[in-house]
Amino acid sequence: MKYFKLPLTLVLTLVVFFGLNSKFGSTPPMGKFLSPNEGFWQNELDENLSSTMHIDGLTNEVTVHYDEHLIPHVFAQNNTDLYRAQGYLTAKHRLWQLEFQTFAAGGRLAEILGEQALDYDRQERRRGMVFGAENALEKMQEDPETLSYIEAYRDGVNSYINQLEPKDYPVEYKLLDYAPEPWTIDKTALLLMYMTKMLAGREADLEHTNALAKFGKERYDLLFPDFFDVNDPVISKETDWSFINVKMPETPEQDRSLDSISITETLDKPHPQNGSNNWAVSGRKSYSGHPILANDPHLGLNLPSIWFVMQLATPEHNSYGATLPGALGIISGYNNHISWGETNATRDVIDWYKIEFKDDTRKEYKHDDQWKKTTQRIEEIKIRNRETLYDTIIYTHHGPVSYDHSFKGDNAKAGYAMQWVGHIGGNNQRTFLKLNEGKNYDDYLDALKNYTAPAQNFVFASIQGDIALWIQGQFPNKWKGQGKFLLDGSNPKHDWQSFIPQKFNAHSKNPERGFVSSANQHPVDPSYPFYVYNDGYETYRNRVINDFFRAKDKFNIQDFKNLQNNNYNLKASELLPYIFTNMDTSTLTAEETDILNTIKSWDFYSEIDQLAPSIWESWWTKLYKIVWDEFDADSRALEKPFTYQTIYMLKNHPQDELMDILSTSEKETSNDLFLITFKETAKELTEWKAEHGDYNWGAYKATYVGHLLQALPAFSRFDLPIGGDYNTVNAASKNHGPSWRMIVEMTTPPTGYGIYPGGQSGNPGSKYYDNFIDRWAKGDYMNLLFMQDQEDTKDIIASQILTPKQ
Amino acid sequence: MKKNLINFIVTLIIAIILSQYLPWWHVMVAGFVSALFFSLDRAAVFFIPFLAVFLFWTVYALWLSNANDFILAEKIAVLLPLGGNWAVLLLVTGCIGGIAAGVSAILGKQCRMLVKR
Repeated sequence: MKYFKLPLTLVLTLVVFFGLNSKFGSTPPMGKFLSPNEGFWQNELDENLSSTMHIDGLTNEVTVHYDEHLIPHVFAQNNTDLYRAQGYLTAKHRLWQLEFQTFAAGGRLAEILGEQALDYDRQERRRGMVFGAENALEKMQEDPETLSYIEAYRDGVNSYINQLEPKDYPVEYKLLDYAPEPWTIDKTALLLMYMTKMLAGREADLEHTNALAKFGKERYDLLFPDFFDVNDPVISKETDWSFINVKMPETPEQDRSLDSISITETLDKPHPQNGSNNWAVSGRKSYSGHPILANDPHLGLNLPSIWFVMQLATPEHNSYGATLPGALGIISGYNNHISWGETNATRDVIDWYKIEFKDDTRKEYKHDDQWKKTTQRIEEIKIRNRETLYDTIIYTHHGPVSYDHSFKGDNAKAGYAMQWVGHIGGNNQRTFLKLNEGKNYDDYLDALKNYTAPAQNFVFASIQGDIALWIQGQFPNKWKGQGKFLLDGSNPKHDWQSFIPQKFNAHSKNPERGFVSSANQHPVDPSYPFYVYNDGYETYRNRVINDFFRAKDKFNIQDFKNLQNNNYNLKASELLPYIFTNMDTSTLTAEETDILNTIKSWDFYSEIDQLAPSIWESWWTKLYKIVWDEFDADSRALEKPFTYQTIYMLKNHPQDELMDILSTSEKETSNDLFLITFKETAKELTEWKAEHGDYNWGAYKATYVGHLLQALPAFSRFDLPIGGDYNTVNAASKNHGPSWRMIVEMTTPPTGYGIYPGGQSGNPGSKYYDNFIDRWAKGDYMNLLFMQDQEDTKDIIASQILTPKQ
Repeated sequence: MKKNLINFIVTLIIAIILSQYLPWWHVMVAGFVSALFFSLDRAAVFFIPFLAVFLFWTVYALWLSNANDFILAEKIAVLLPLGGNWAVLLLVTGCIGGIAAGVSAILGKQCRMLVKR
């Protein structure tokens, strides 16, 4: 017996060791994870803020003051030191997120998460994310100044990573059992590409091609008009475009008879509500005579937050605002002279081309009546605990053939190639570096000039009293109709012919009306000479904002705060009165009538303590679905008409054949749909009430801010009391909304207010991890501490000196 | 009894010292080494190092977490899931370390018997 005992205990010991040292599924390696000397207990830490840190490559000392919100105020002697410190501090507070986002951008999640992320990774590679980032990096490298700063940022991040021991890794690394890798300059390019995908990566050309085939041109145009019947564009309708004097490309004869699309599933699209608000009023419309500017980008609500607030100062410039971990400088903010902010300027900058290959080898494709050579790009996708996958992606002069026989398609001799402004590359980092240093309107314009993607509405205000808004990006100058549908990859006339010259991008400086604004609506009206069509423009927030500024003469900070937190539901107000007049209520039960009366007495403000917004949300969701049941029933990839046009159809074409419900034998009209969906709504809400209590809007919507790892409940915040929905100015929906609210008055120095749904620390164990969330939900702002003198440490809780390594 | 106490103290001291240099499995080394030199009998072989490491890990973890109001411990106790109770998480932590130490102590004891013969 005793001869067995030793091998037996040896095996047992090894089992215990490997059992506690390895990750099983989503269970972290328990020995490693729980041991107090290297596991998560080591992350149970407040911030270490006071010590002096040595950083490789600094030329001078850098002083970092932290205020009570853990916002670092960085004072460096030169730009290189400044951006090195920015890299260092971003890593110090947000390392895991900083790295994880670039893994997500470049399609490398399977390295961390294993096979479950493989489809995602392949899709990102096929979208050309790495290809685009490489092209962007090339452009950045052409500019030695930008290059030296992104290298300094890289070195700053790496100085932080290099001094870490495994016990110091952020808790997510321990949970997933991996380690940070060195930061590289490609990652800055990838992060910018990630933003480009998020903001300029939404399109539905293939779906629209299918819809055109399904409905025919006339019906299609009714459902998807180029312009809605209301339009209050970013650049006002009064703009005189006569200064634009270029020849417009000619629409080729429609010789194409493209079949509908053979694939049934397309690439995942970015969130449809990714958008934003910004506006500025001139001194004339401001209570104090100083222009006031505001910006609130609407993005997914995540922890750690996408934004990290900093003050970045050298003797030459001093700026404050929201940074993006991975990118340099302030993205939405202000300095002593100017302020700036962005909203997304949606435009159709992605087109799809049908590619015909000569044969199965796919070495040649047809273009301009010749066989032209394709190139191949082999994407290496590492998978945790599995063999690496090599995905060969064919490239044509248009771009990557994303869909082919090996990805969502089945024809070895055909594919669909993607052309995207995001692939062209551009030194978009430089724009932000220049804005940080900008002193006036000309500097702002100079900063914007070479900015390519994602196209943004850049709002601007200066202490000199100028306000402006440029819709800036690189836009292909298309012939009318180009790229709305699948294009013919063999026809050179279908290629992008040229780009809109930058000076002809729509813009507005010091307009007569005294304000500029944008909220992802149509950039222009049809009088703009270049081809622009409705590509999913928002139609509600912008009208509330513009009406607000037209309604009175002077605006103060409180007006700005009220507007950013405004929950007026214009969408509901444009449909409900029509429903109340037209819906047959004779068959409603007493309970249903009660619910109807509740929503009938609604003032259309989606406030948290109201029942009506929940009724509306439930009702609208069902109504939208049932109107377009024809789309769901079709196996082809299709996109449903936009909200505005849906309401237009319900009100103006109540007898349209699409109002019919396919699954019933009766012939429904929109009035029938109102009643059917109302009864379903009443039923749903009654059941909801029985289970959860009153369905007031706050409880029913249940807004949450989710951790980047699939909203791990332990690291997320749920049931936040915030009103509004995705079409109100305060665009807070369930897991999406104002990700940074900023207001700046251009006093000397400027006075800023800001808040975001998160906290400065990326460590779930820090009290600074989510400490802004409650104030954000309430609509409170922080008075931003814009330090003018690094010696004036009045509201500073800790200071740290970064010194050159000896 | 005295043997038990000596083993307990030795395991504890070795574990504390090694925790400065080795990853989590310092407790396995501690259990193994103390069993080699301060051998115990029957169940005590497992339980004495178990208790020593249980005490070490729970006190160490408690000390770390208490200084930060158990913010992270409460979240990890949701994640694992232990009902959000940091005290349960402390016990689990102690038990995991204890089991690792106890099992390797049994191995240590077996090795000692091999050498002794």
